[in-house]
Amino acid sequence: MQPASSLRSIAPEGASPGRRDPGVEASVRHGTAESIRLNLTPPVRYVLRLADTALIHAQRLGEWCGHGPVIEEDIALTNMALDYVGQARALLTHAARLEGQGFDEDQLAFLRDEGQFLNLTLAEQPMRKASAHSPGGDFADTMLRNFLLAAWFQLFWQKLAGSSDAELAAIAGKALKEARYHLRHAGDWVVRLGDGTDESARRLGSALERAWPYTNEMFARDAVDAEAEASGLGPARDSLAADWQREVAAVFAEAGLSLPPPTPFVSTGTLGRHSEHMGFILAEMQSLQRMYPGGRW
Amino acid sequence: MSDVRNEWPLWEIFVRAKSGLDHKHCGSLHAPDAKMAVQLAREVYTRRQEGTSVWVVKSSDITASDPSDKGELFDPMEDKVYRHPTFYQLPDSVNHM
Repeated sequence: MQPASSLRSIAPEGASPGRRDPGVEASVRHGTAESIRLNLTPPVRYVLRLADTALIHAQRLGEWCGHGPVIEEDIALTNMALDYVGQARALLTHAARLEGQGFDEDQLAFLRDEGQFLNLTLAEQPMRKASAHSPGGDFADTMLRNFLLAAWFQLFWQKLAGSSDAELAAIAGKALKEARYHLRHAGDWVVRLGDGTDESARRLGSALERAWPYTNEMFARDAVDAEAEASGLGPARDSLAADWQREVAAVFAEAGLSLPPPTPFVSTGTLGRHSEHMGFILAEMQSLQRMYPGGRW
Repeated sequence: MSDVRNEWPLWEIFVRAKSGLDHKHCGSLHAPDAKMAVQLAREVYTRRQEGTSVWVVKSSDITASDPSDKGELFDPMEDKVYRHPTFYQLPDSVNHM
């Protein structure tokens, strides 16, 4: 995050006396943007779960920008982050349309409070950066999570491509190609790390221990899933579980990992109840639009 | 970063812009193996739709001519214009050459 002082160049008239940046619209006021509140009907919730998982995972991937272990992988990670941003934009725009109050993708991304974000809790877990609340993760955490999520998204997009909602089906059709590539890239890395040196295998193993408890939520079923399934909007999460386990187990076998035993804990990000890390992501991701409501540059 | 740079071999990347054209050398990158080199070539060299096909070749597998041999290898061709087809006058009856 940039300190506020370095944002002076996009500050509107009034925020910085005597200066006027021609790139800023006159209507922009320095202040605190009010949060929006969405009417969260089941179909809106259904689309937001996908949109927010893509958005928050993109934000975590973006933390690698300039920090990749080699420049080639740095570019790969940020390319993938941008794929997820693209998916999130299309889905947020669609969620806004379903919601009906006339909000746009930017307002949904930058002006919702934590309780209205419905991403999988796994996506918000620290992946690289350390903070006061987390030691951070490493490249193994990142590739493992990329892999677990890409396998989930790929199955989701496949089924969603047959959605009764034509727009959602089109978004899924486009995203599927991206997910296939993410799955291949991350899967190949999981194999290389697991089947690499003792150190890489040890790190991948501990990354798996950290990530695994959060995978239950990927296949939880609730009323939102049931309604989507019944209306033909899209698949219920629990319908993806068997295929996902098979796909993950096949790559794990090559990597010398085994599927950890099931755990009872089910995280609740998709219900809007997040881990302690979520507020920090939003603070960073939303700070600019909160400080300069409607700012464009 | 420098450690990995030393461990990972260098690969030369060839990209074909569209089918029918030849693969052109466009640069090089570091990757742990051939399969990953193809993926990273996709990330680094085709992210703006530059290609439809990628070849990767380990740089160490390329045998190159020695720049100091340039004189004896290439200069003798300078005055042999008759090796260009344009040197010859074609009879009118030969069309479409």
